[in-house]
Amino acid sequence: MGIRFDSVTVAYDGNVVLDSLDLTVEPGEVMALLGPSGSGKTTALRAVAGFVRPSSGRVFLGDRDVTDLPPHRRGIGMVVQQYALFPHMRVEDNVAFGLKARRTAKSEIRRRVAEALEMTGMGAYARRFPRELSGGQQQRVAIARALAIRPDVLLLDEPLSALDAQLRSGMLAELARLHRELPDVSILYVTHDQVEALTLADRIAVMDAARLQQCGTPRELYRAPKSEFTASFVGGANLLPVTVGAGGVSFAGTELKVDTTEVVAGARATLCVRPHLVGLGDGPNQLMGTVREIQWRGATHRLYVEVDGHSVMADLRELKHPPAHGDTVRLHFAPDDAVLLPAGVSHG
Amino acid sequence: MLVHNRKAKWAVWAVFLLLFLPLFALPLLVVLGASFATHWSGVLPSGLTTANYRAATRGEALQALTTSLVTAVTASLFALAVGTWAALAAAALKKRHRRILDALFVLPVAVPSVVVGLSVLVAFSQPPILLNGTRWIVILAHTVLVTAFAYQSVSAALVRLDPAYEQAAASLGAPPAYVLWRVRLPLLLPSLTAAAGLCFALSMGELSATMMLYPPDWTPLPVLIYAATDRGALFIGSAVAVVLMAATLIALFAVSRVRTKASYR
Repeated sequence: MGIRFDSVTVAYDGNVVLDSLDLTVEPGEVMALLGPSGSGKTTALRAVAGFVRPSSGRVFLGDRDVTDLPPHRRGIGMVVQQYALFPHMRVEDNVAFGLKARRTAKSEIRRRVAEALEMTGMGAYARRFPRELSGGQQQRVAIARALAIRPDVLLLDEPLSALDAQLRSGMLAELARLHRELPDVSILYVTHDQVEALTLADRIAVMDAARLQQCGTPRELYRAPKSEFTASFVGGANLLPVTVGAGGVSFAGTELKVDTTEVVAGARATLCVRPHLVGLGDGPNQLMGTVREIQWRGATHRLYVEVDGHSVMADLRELKHPPAHGDTVRLHFAPDDAVLLPAGVSHG
Repeated sequence: MLVHNRKAKWAVWAVFLLLFLPLFALPLLVVLGASFATHWSGVLPSGLTTANYRAATRGEALQALTTSLVTAVTASLFALAVGTWAALAAAALKKRHRRILDALFVLPVAVPSVVVGLSVLVAFSQPPILLNGTRWIVILAHTVLVTAFAYQSVSAALVRLDPAYEQAAASLGAPPAYVLWRVRLPLLLPSLTAAAGLCFALSMGELSATMMLYPPDWTPLPVLIYAATDRGALFIGSAVAVVLMAATLIALFAVSRVRTKASYR
């Protein structure tokens, strides 16, 4: 079952926290809502769950308009950042909660609880209390609890934020596996972490300042961002102010060759180049600058090079002879690795 | 308070003992001493005996202990039910309306209990609800007096209760009543038992309103203590007071056992 936001606006005391969101999550699709805190992404998820009432607009689950339904009639599974496992119940009772509330038959409850715990690898912990589990285990139980009611829609609100980095990548793989096992479940995944969004999502909706900025596949967002905000929030980017010429742009007096078919000559624009696509030494599009900082990150070196007052980042495969602080270096990038964005459209 | 220095630790203990002993412990110790005495003219009580306790645990006194226990248990259960209900209702209200309810429930605490006693007496001394002369007027007055405390402690606990629990429950398909019984009340249980203990202790010691209301066949223990000391039987009164104290402490201890079992975090 899909989810559809039909120009959903949420405001508290006249303060708009979600501004006419139009978004459709297809059945079986994983949609990430990606954005910084205060971007409205959690509000959007809570509007689907029924904990936030839109001031205008409708929310649909499949063909059903659920805008006026209370949360318990919506048939959704939800997992939140703090897990919210019931501390007075054992793991198995936590997982059985939704089924008991629906008066499911006892034998069926037992079967479904075992199945959900098995699926999340928590079968051995059924008799434990939540306080006896680690953070990662609690999160698995929270997921099992949401899956036990066999929801058509699963809402995940920053589910991995409370875990440490190592556990997080493990759980990310787990979530991907769960979704392969349950291909019909639509997942709305709220996160501020672009790695989670890029890894897990079929499509990403980038949110900022209560508005949807851009929605597309991870590849689209990464290769062809439409705004400075999307470019820098998804993957990190060098953003350089340029003036468009014929067959290229000029940046600080340097002519650079890039695809200009979609912009008008003479206009001001922003050139976006990913740091890992910038090379050191001679190449097609050259920039001269002074090394301001060098960070060794194991497999790569990150250079911060000042080019005419602008900082340009370059991620280079580990250098045998890295330049020294203050050296003058030449950077280059391939014409088709750069994207031109409308100037100044950063925050909507 | 964290005190690391050894000398400072001693100083803190000394100040604590100097303030605590005379204020709280000594008067109680004096009553304990008096309860075993027949005379007290020197520094220490004399003529040690257990006769006071024999008097304090039979006949009239035993009857009064039962009366007090029944009154306190009944009043605190009523108070807990009403106070919890009101606190849950208040939590669902808008801020302005909640303030009105808060103020309403503070009234019996703010108003002197003699006034509460008198109001109950005047209100229920004639039809349609004639309670004067029955035990119910005492229980009713106690309920009115202690409900405020139940309301306040449950309200405070509700504010601290993370809404994520009830929202998780609702998202799993549980209707509000189911969420209340299976999630909210169990999570509130520690506060509920604390509130019950407080109500019980307050009711066990209530005298001023009770004095105006009690019928001859329903004399709670504090009234008996007052009567005993009033007619000069100080030592028997002390023994009855110790019995009252012990009964209250035992009940509170039992309640706190339930509480530790019920706290999950």
